[in-house]
Amino acid sequence: MTSATQQAPMLSMYDTSYDVKRIRADFPILQETVRGKPLVYLDNAATAQKPNAVIDCISHFYRHDYANVHRGIHTLSERATAAYEGARAKVQRFINAASEKEIVFVRGTTEAINLVVRTYGQAVLKAGDEILITAMEHHSNIVPWQMLCRETGAVLKVAPINRKGELLLGDFEKLLSNRTALVAVAHMSNALGTINPVDEIIHLAHARAIPILLDGAQAIPHMPVDVQALDCDFYAFSGHKLYGPSGIGVLYAKSEHLEAMPPYQGGGDMIRRVTFEETEYNTVPFKFEAGTPNIADAVALGATVDYLNEIGMKAIAAHEHQLLQYATERAHEIAGLTLIGTAEHKGAILSFVLDRVHPHDIGTVLDHFGIAIRAGHHCAMPVMDFFGVPATARASFAMYNTFEEIDRLMEGIEQVIEVFG
Amino acid sequence: MMGELRELYQEVIFDHNRNPRNFRVMADANRRVEGFNPLCGDRLTLYLKVEDGTIKDASFQGQGCAISTASVSLMTELIKGQTEQEAEELFEVLHKIITSQDEAVNLEELGKLAVLAGVREYPARVKCATLAWHTLVAALKNDRDTVTTE
Repeated sequence: MTSATQQAPMLSMYDTSYDVKRIRADFPILQETVRGKPLVYLDNAATAQKPNAVIDCISHFYRHDYANVHRGIHTLSERATAAYEGARAKVQRFINAASEKEIVFVRGTTEAINLVVRTYGQAVLKAGDEILITAMEHHSNIVPWQMLCRETGAVLKVAPINRKGELLLGDFEKLLSNRTALVAVAHMSNALGTINPVDEIIHLAHARAIPILLDGAQAIPHMPVDVQALDCDFYAFSGHKLYGPSGIGVLYAKSEHLEAMPPYQGGGDMIRRVTFEETEYNTVPFKFEAGTPNIADAVALGATVDYLNEIGMKAIAAHEHQLLQYATERAHEIAGLTLIGTAEHKGAILSFVLDRVHPHDIGTVLDHFGIAIRAGHHCAMPVMDFFGVPATARASFAMYNTFEEIDRLMEGIEQVIEVFG
Repeated sequence: MMGELRELYQEVIFDHNRNPRNFRVMADANRRVEGFNPLCGDRLTLYLKVEDGTIKDASFQGQGCAISTASVSLMTELIKGQTEQEAEELFEVLHKIITSQDEAVNLEELGKLAVLAGVREYPARVKCATLAWHTLVAALKNDRDTVTTE
């Protein structure tokens, strides 16, 4: 185990002015103990914990303002509608979309991608067309496209990565052709932490008039995202990884696409006029929100955004960057530990394997020390195949994690090695 | 290591994890089935030589966690010489014990497999322990497809 005297000079190199204590106090679950130890929650890439602002918003909304939206003329319905549409406006500003109409509420990233597949994709894709993804995609940005390709006779192309887990941009460019109907890329990889050079990727695609979807599930909690500056056509993300509720997510799409796309699901709220002969659809984004939406969680996503704006995504990104740097340095000191995913440009994810210890065993032993990590293939089996491992252990950091928690993780890993050594 | 963890990772488990028994390809196997745990991505290949309803030989290949490796290693030792029915019955007992919350289980019934009983306290790890056995059941049915724990 590393001694305190070795750790101290390393830590002093970091700026610790970020008030992580105050932030931690906002997250009640962080006061929990697990197996008699204070919880060290490092499974944030799977889902993030919720601040009081979000928990209280849901409770307050159900207690005081809840009714169905877009229909009633009674006071509560008006209040609920204002809160729901207010949340849409907050999300619009959070990602700097040009209009509220470009924000479609969905269940999460997976549904957002599936919506694009089933509307835009189904409408434009022909046999022989190509969809270009990368070798580091999450299953949710592989499988829906694969399904669509099977149905349409289109082809799924995969841009390769190097051993560091970085996209090979040259190969990516070569795979773009006049057959490419759409590019779909993770903004940040969930299994490796790689942050993709999305500006270049978008530039390359748009130079050939190819639209691009970014899977923002991992990126959105870790950095400021400006969809207009990016100029992406679609951006998909989940509320639950952003410290918001589960069951609510967002599809951002440029208005021109949303206007042209056929509806997703049929039902109430997505219509303007219905007869048995035909239906006139509602305007965007409502055309894509059939049925009673997840009202309370959408409203709470608005509260999430307010909370994050107070702290500032830049400050969060800077803190997490330091955590990752510190964790990476500490991990390098551990003999027998290999990092999986060592891209130059990386978000707060530390994926690793240990010699002779399977990730599931690492996960179980760390849990005994109150440390929650993920062990498995992270819904990215092709990434595991590429690195020749069945699974990895993954510690992923969030705005409320501390340097001390990383020390506890490293001590835990040393214990794992001792037990299995 | 703390008590509960010690219950899961008994010395026998470590022993089989470090030195898995019957870890080899069996050239003259007449049953060969792949087992797959989609939860963790672990795969194993089980080889059996079954003659007149008796398991004459058993071996495996693959990579897995300590629990799944120990489970398959122990299994290949125990089922050698057993009838197909005896092997299936053994799994039924194991399955009952590691999935029940009943404290009064009879570990003696399990014999050597009692070292796997600690898995009971770890619902997320039950599939690690049972992958080998699901694969065995498929092999005994002469099912050549890949089986999963799901």
